Amino acid sequence: METASSPNISPLDFASSPINKTLSPEKKIEHFRQMTQIRRFEQAGLKQYSAGKMGGFLHLYIGQESLAVGAASLMGDNDHMITAYRCHAHALAVGMSMNECMAELFGKATGCSKGKGGSMHFFAPDKNFWGGHGIVAGQTPLGLGLGYGLKYKGLPGSALCFLGDGAVNQGAFHESLNIAALFGIPVVYVIENNGYSMGTSQKRSSAYRDCLAQRAEAYDMDWDVVNGEDFYEVRAKMHIAMERARKESKPTVLEITTYRYYGHSVADANHKKYRSPEEIEKYKRDHDPINLWRQRLLDEKILTEEAAKNIDTESKQQAAASVKFAEDSPAPTIESITEDVYWETDNNTEASKIGRHFFND
Amino acid sequence: MREIEYRDALNEAFDEELARDENVVLMGEEVAQYNGAYKVTKGLWDKWGDKRVVDTPISEAGFIGMGIGASMLGVRPVMELMFWSFHSVAFDQLVNNAACCRYMSGGLINVPIVMRGPANGGTNVGATHSHTPEGLFAAFPGLKVCSPATPADAKGLMKTAIRDNDPVYVMENTTLYGNMGEVPDPADGDFTIPLGKADVKREGTDISLIAHGASVLRCLEAAEILQNEHGINAEVVDLRSIRPLDQDVIIESVKKTNKACLVDESKPFCGVSAQITTLIQEYAFDYLDAPIKRVCTIDAPAIYSKYVEPDQLPNAARIVKQVLTIA
Repeated sequence: METASSPNISPLDFASSPINKTLSPEKKIEHFRQMTQIRRFEQAGLKQYSAGKMGGFLHLYIGQESLAVGAASLMGDNDHMITAYRCHAHALAVGMSMNECMAELFGKATGCSKGKGGSMHFFAPDKNFWGGHGIVAGQTPLGLGLGYGLKYKGLPGSALCFLGDGAVNQGAFHESLNIAALFGIPVVYVIENNGYSMGTSQKRSSAYRDCLAQRAEAYDMDWDVVNGEDFYEVRAKMHIAMERARKESKPTVLEITTYRYYGHSVADANHKKYRSPEEIEKYKRDHDPINLWRQRLLDEKILTEEAAKNIDTESKQQAAASVKFAEDSPAPTIESITEDVYWETDNNTEASKIGRHFFND
Repeated sequence: MREIEYRDALNEAFDEELARDENVVLMGEEVAQYNGAYKVTKGLWDKWGDKRVVDTPISEAGFIGMGIGASMLGVRPVMELMFWSFHSVAFDQLVNNAACCRYMSGGLINVPIVMRGPANGGTNVGATHSHTPEGLFAAFPGLKVCSPATPADAKGLMKTAIRDNDPVYVMENTTLYGNMGEVPDPADGDFTIPLGKADVKREGTDISLIAHGASVLRCLEAAEILQNEHGINAEVVDLRSIRPLDQDVIIESVKKTNKACLVDESKPFCGVSAQITTLIQEYAFDYLDAPIKRVCTIDAPAIYSKYVEPDQLPNAARIVKQVLTIA
């Protein structure tokens, strides 16, 4: 794609990197399944969104699946993940169910956030997933804090903080980079560079020499550029950054080049005007990360066409089942509006009984 | 009882909470090696070291967001804004992340942070350093706000704020840091003051002066003048906590005195006193013998000039004058 940074497409075959050599055929197929599930989930969501079944925005990750799945595939007990509003894939990749996610899109009480967050705000702290944040780059200091928490508690982990290429020009991100390097915070900032900050191409929004990740040099921080269409490369380079965090307590900026097939959100009616249909088609045809991974597994003879088709069919069925689950689920109650505001009132503590907390009529 | 300075009462609160809970960490600009811009954290870095008392760069969005993120993993950051006026450069973190993460996660997350620092005018530092945002932040469900007027309240509320599992924003006051007041000796046991509990600082029968922060002291001065020169016996209610709010004590006081004058260093438009006004008209309407009156900071950005800034803020003369209009 012309608008994004020039990816350092490496002649290296990352299949032979240590972290990928140890990846079992079962796991490889599992990651294909996860990417497929994410795509089918989002396509089902899009259909329901278009049918008016949900409100708000729907920011689709379709085309970028290898990034979230690749990162999540490396997470251990002390690794944490946080991202911005394009969060469905990360949620599913860490193990959240389609049902709770689809129900959240529908605004139902059975949603992962009880219908209080919506598309942009999926959370699963039990799976080390901390959202799902709506403000561009607002999550970047939070990701820093997850790393700070790990370091404070002496835990050998990493905080994976995702952001889009549009977020790199926010002050909060730069403040975070400075503190990350200054304090030696085990955080990995992952710029998911899909070439466009909403409708503005990278060249029209960012000043840079070779790539966006290079800005890390100003903070004396390690950085790398990753070809996001190659699942092996995503894992190999993510792993290096995560090990740097875990073992040296040092931050990294990774820029992973990728592409989104749909607009900034589904409501982005202009997305075929600020880029050409040919550009979109070219990516779908030649650079689709799921197709490429599928082909790779076929070439490695650990997946058959038939098995791949079955996985796809099952994923579609699961997505359809999640739509039904969401349809059949109850809406939140009016009473629930004032729940989950304060921990103390939710837990009916002594403190919560002193003074007036809510000022309703 | 022993008397100590407001700043030392806060210092004692931090010291005791650092000792009580290993997850408590003080953070902010100049809080460690410099001992605090206003010496509120004096000696704590020497005693507790780099891990527990942390100097941050001048990056309010960065370090406050960092503290919020760390609190999700169980760290309990107590973060200083050198002036609460600097909230504006970290507003997204203070409002979207601190106040809303719990809600948007359906209660899966809590954010046990304390944000603290001085929020006051009266020191001739101009408009950008003189904001009083207690009403602003109290307007966001998910946040708690308190504003102690005395050394004892400062210590007791700060300790409670640190132990609270929700974000608590404590508004201190540079003009109060040097004030002396009675504070119970730590040897006599753990001293805390709950959020949401007002304190009647002066009992009276003729009018309720309702205030928080430094304005409480202005009310006490005014009450003496009203008593001595006008024979008016004013009651002074110190809210201490803005949210949660002790509505019961406010309403009881007004039902007793039948008149209310609200004194509020924030600006009049939608300030704390505007909220109190609506509560009084709703819950004590039939008890009022006169319109509710207010003394707020004169409605303009804070003026620099030392010749007039004292009159822009609520002071005893302005309070007395306002009270006499309904006496």
